Amino acid sequence: MVQTVPVRRPTNEAPVLLRAQDVTKYYGQDDNRILVLDRITLDLRAGEFVALLGPSGSGKSTLLRILAGLIPPSSGRVLLHGQPLQGVNPNVAMVFQSFALYPWLTVLQNVELGLLHKHLPEAERRARALAIIDLIGLDGFEHAYPRELSGGMKQRVGFARALVGEPEILFMDEPFSALDVLVAENLRHELLDLWLARKIPTQAILMVTHNIDEAVSMADRLLIFSANPGRIRVELPGLPVAERLAKGEAHAQLVDTIYRIMTNPHEDITALLPQARVLQTAEVPTYQMLPHVSIGELTGFIERLAALGGREDLYELARELQLEVDELLPLVEAADLLDFVEVLEGDVTLTPVGSAFAEADVLEKKAIFRRQALDRIELIREIVTALRSLPRHRLAEEPFIQRLEETFSPVEARRQLDTAIDWGRYAELFAYDDHAGILYLEQNGDAEATH
Amino acid sequence: MISRVWPFIAHRQPLRHVRSAWWIDLLLAIMLVFGIYGIIRIAERWAAPLTPTTAISLSPWALPQYALFSLSRMAFAYVLALAFSLLYARIAVANKATERVLVPLLDILQSIPILSFMPGVVLALVTLFPHRSLGTELAAIVLIFTSQAWNLAFSFYQSLITIPQDFREVARLFRLTPWERFTRLELPFGLIPLLWNSMMSWAGGWFFLMASEQFTLGQQSFLLPGLGAYLKVAADRGDLYALGLGLLALIIVIVLLDQFLWRPLLAWADRFKVEQTTGLVTPSSWVLEILQRSLLLTWAREHLVAPTVRSLDRLMNRIVPGEPSPASGDAISPPGTVWRWTFATFAGLGILLFIGWGVRAAGHLLIALPATAWATIAQDAGLSFLRVAASLLIAVIWTVPVGVAVGLSPRWAPKIQPIVQMVASIPATALFPALLLLLLHLPGGLDVAAIALMLLGTQWYVLFNVIAGAMAIPNDLKEAAAIYHLTGWHRWRILILPAIFPFLITGLITAAGGAWNATIVAEYVTFRDQVYQTSGLGALIAASANAGNYPELFAATLTMAVVVVLLNRAFWRRLYRLAATRFRLD
Repeated sequence: MVQTVPVRRPTNEAPVLLRAQDVTKYYGQDDNRILVLDRITLDLRAGEFVALLGPSGSGKSTLLRILAGLIPPSSGRVLLHGQPLQGVNPNVAMVFQSFALYPWLTVLQNVELGLLHKHLPEAERRARALAIIDLIGLDGFEHAYPRELSGGMKQRVGFARALVGEPEILFMDEPFSALDVLVAENLRHELLDLWLARKIPTQAILMVTHNIDEAVSMADRLLIFSANPGRIRVELPGLPVAERLAKGEAHAQLVDTIYRIMTNPHEDITALLPQARVLQTAEVPTYQMLPHVSIGELTGFIERLAALGGREDLYELARELQLEVDELLPLVEAADLLDFVEVLEGDVTLTPVGSAFAEADVLEKKAIFRRQALDRIELIREIVTALRSLPRHRLAEEPFIQRLEETFSPVEARRQLDTAIDWGRYAELFAYDDHAGILYLEQNGDAEATH
Repeated sequence: MISRVWPFIAHRQPLRHVRSAWWIDLLLAIMLVFGIYGIIRIAERWAAPLTPTTAISLSPWALPQYALFSLSRMAFAYVLALAFSLLYARIAVANKATERVLVPLLDILQSIPILSFMPGVVLALVTLFPHRSLGTELAAIVLIFTSQAWNLAFSFYQSLITIPQDFREVARLFRLTPWERFTRLELPFGLIPLLWNSMMSWAGGWFFLMASEQFTLGQQSFLLPGLGAYLKVAADRGDLYALGLGLLALIIVIVLLDQFLWRPLLAWADRFKVEQTTGLVTPSSWVLEILQRSLLLTWAREHLVAPTVRSLDRLMNRIVPGEPSPASGDAISPPGTVWRWTFATFAGLGILLFIGWGVRAAGHLLIALPATAWATIAQDAGLSFLRVAASLLIAVIWTVPVGVAVGLSPRWAPKIQPIVQMVASIPATALFPALLLLLLHLPGGLDVAAIALMLLGTQWYVLFNVIAGAMAIPNDLKEAAAIYHLTGWHRWRILILPAIFPFLITGLITAAGGAWNATIVAEYVTFRDQVYQTSGLGALIAASANAGNYPELFAATLTMAVVVVLLNRAFWRRLYRLAATRFRLD
C-alpha cells in the first residue's frame, strides 16, 4: 500500500465555509412538539474533516439535513460563506447510509445524476462521470445496475455520485455502517487517501457516525452529541494524522475515553481530556426513559457479563459482544435502570441482584425481574397500580399513551409503552390484547404478583 | 453511443454487438405498414355520419376490422386514463391541501358503479355531435376511461407516497428539475405497480367496452361497430357459429395483447424493481427477447427515440424550471405565492359554485320523486344486495377449494395461474348474449340467471387471488404443519384459511365492486328485441334510463353509489384491516 502523505493541516484561521447558528429543531405541532435539536452552533472550516458522534436520537442526522438545506430549522440560521442559506445547499453533496442509488439507473447513469443540474454538454458530462468512476475504482461496472453490486461497490457509486460534481463540502451520513467490517475498513482508507492527498477538490467533510473507532481514525475534530434533546456536549480535537492511521496506543486510548464519556453522563470530561471543550453539562432528565431493549437481549447481556467475571471495561465489552456503542448503550442503560449493573469509570459491574439474575433459572429470573421492574420502573408500576385499583382489572392503553405524549413524541410514546408492555408481560405483571389495545390482569398472574 | 441519464433506455450493448436477425426486422416493418393502415381506417370510422342502426356484418372477414375498432377505443381510453392518473396523483401529492381533497374524492369515485352513468353520458355526447359517430364513440371512451382512471391514479398515488425518503433527498440535493424528478425518480418507482394495474384496468375496460358497444336507450339502439356489437347481433340472430367466432376473436385479441404488450413490458420493467423485493420469479418474455435483437428498433432507439427524449427534456425543463440555484426551501415562500393563492381562491370558489349548483339541481330532481318510488328503490337495493352476496358466496364456495388445490401444487400452479389471469380478463359482458341463449329458458328465469351472469364476471378475481395466496404460503409453515400432523380440517383452519385470508379479501373486494356494476347489465337485458327484467337496483337504473325517467334514474344511481360506499367503509375496509394486521405473513 502506498503511504499517504498528509498534506492537509486545518487551522483555526481557515475560512468558515458553513456555519450553524443557534439551530433549533422541533418535530410535531405546537402543543405536542418535541425538541430534537437545541441551539446548535458549529463551524465547518476549509480543510477540516469533522465527525459528529452521538447516541441515536441525538439529532445528528437531522442537523446534517438542516445544513444541507433539505429541511428548514425551526429557529436559528445556516450560513454558507456568511450568507443565509435558502433552500437546498448548492455547495454540498451527500453520501447516504442506505446508498440511495436509483435501482433503475446504471452505475454510470447514477453518477451522471450528480451532474444533471450543471447542464453540461453530454460529452463532457460523460467524460467527467467516467473519470470519477475510474478514480473511485468502479471501472468495468459502468453499465451494471446497482442490484448487481455488493454493498461496498454500491457505496463506491454513492461516493462517485457525490464527488462527480466536485462539491465544496461533502456530507456523509453513517456511510460505512451498512457495510461488512473489512469492506468498510477498505473504503475508509481509500476515502482518506483521496482526501489527505487532495485528489479530490473537496474543501471539507462532515460525517455523522456512531462508530467511535471510525470517528477517531478519520476526523480532525470530533463533536459528541447528547440525546433528548440533541445538544453538542463536548468538542475534541482529533489525533494527529500519523497517529490516526497507525492505530497505536494513542488511538486506543482516545477511543476508550470517548466510550467512557458517551456511556456516562456524569463523567468528568476535563479531567479525562484536558484538551476537550465541554459545551454542555449533561442534565439528568426529570422523567424516566425506557431504553428499547428486549428481554432476550438483556438476559443475554447480563449472563455474558457474569461469564466475563462480572466486571468489564465498556469498550472491551462492546468488542467482545461485537456491538456498536449505539447498540451497547441501551443494554447498559436498561441493566442500570433495573439495578442489575453499575457503571463506574468506564467499567460495568454486576450488582448482587444482577449476579443473582444471571444465575437464576427461568422462573426465578422472572421473579427477580418482576421485583426489580415493580420497584424501579415507573411506567410499569403505574400500569400495575392502575389495573389493580379497577374492579374489572382492565384498562385501555390510550390514557397511558396520552400521558407519555406529554413528554415524548407520539412515536416515542408508543415505543415507551411497547417496551413497558413487553417487560410487564415477561414479568407476568399484566397481560395485553394487541388487537383491542387493552391492558388487563390475568387471574393467576395477579395472584402471583401480589403475594 | 448515446449518453443520457434516462431510466427507460439503458445502453448495455453498442449497435454492432446486437445479435441481429433480419426476419425480425422484416416482421416489424410489415407490422408498421399494417399499423398505419389501421389508423387510417379508424380515422375514417370516426368521421363517418351517425347511423343509429349500424349494420353489423356477421361475416368472419369483418372480424379483424371489428377487433381493430374495439381495440382502438380501448387504447384511446387507456392513454387518456393513464395521462389523467399520472397528473392526478402528482397533483395529489404536491401539497397537503390537494392531498386532503383529492384522495378521499378518488376513494368515492372508485366506489361509484360506472355503468349507471352510461345513459346520461351517451345522451349528452350524442346531442353534442348529432351528425357524426364521434358522439357514440366518445361515450364508449368516457365509460372505459372512468373504469380505468381511478384505480390507475390510486396505484400511482400509493407509489408516490412510498418513495423512500433517501431517494427524494438525492433528487433535491442534486437539484433535479420537476420534470427530471418525475422521469428519473417518480415514474420509474411507480412503474411496476402501474403496469400490473394497467393489466387489471384493461380486463375491466373490456367489460365496459362490450357493454357500450351494444347499448340500448329507449327506442334507440346504439350499436358501435366492434366485437361487442358483433356478439350481440350474433346472439340475437341465434347464429351460434358467428357467436363462437366472435368470442374466439376476442380471446385471440386478449391473448395477443398479453403476449405482445403486457408480458414484454413486465419483463422489461423488471429493472425498475427496488432491490428489497428480490427472490421472486423474474418475469420473462420471448417477445422481448426477440425485439431486443431487432436492428430496426436499435436504430430507432438511437436515432429517433434518443433525440426526441433529449428535446423533450430540454422543452420540459424550460416549461417547468427547477428551483433557481439558491432556491426556495420548505420554509420560504416561493416568489409566485401571491399569484398562486389568487388562483387557488378563484378555483376554490368556482368549485364551490359548481357543487352548489349541482346539489340544487339534484335536490330538485329528488324532490320530484314520490315516497312510493323511494320504497321501491329501497326494496330493489335489498334484492340486488342479496344477489351480489349470493354471487360472492358461490364464488367463495368453489374457488377456495379449487384455488388452494391448484396453488399448493408446485407443478400446476405456475401453469394454471396465467390461464386464470387470462380467463379473468375475458369480459363477462361479452359472454352475456351467449349465456342468455341458455339461461333464459331455465326455471327461475332472469332472477336466477342474473346471479349466474354476475358470478361470471366476478369469480375469476377471487380464484386468481386464492391461488396466489396458496402459492404464497411459506414452505416452512407447510413443513411445520406436516411435522405436527395437522391434517384435514385442522390443516385448513390453522394453516390454509388464515394464510389465504388477506388474498381472499383482496379478491372479494374487487369482485364485489364488479358484481354491483354487473347488476345493471345482468338484471335487465334486451334480447331479440324483447326486454327481460327482474326486480333489483340495477334493473331499476337500466329501466328508468330507457324510459327517460331521470328523477328515478338519479335516485337509483345515487342509492347504489351510497350503498357501495357504505359497504366498503363499514364492511370491506374492516376486513381488510384485519387481514393486514392479524393475518399478515412476515
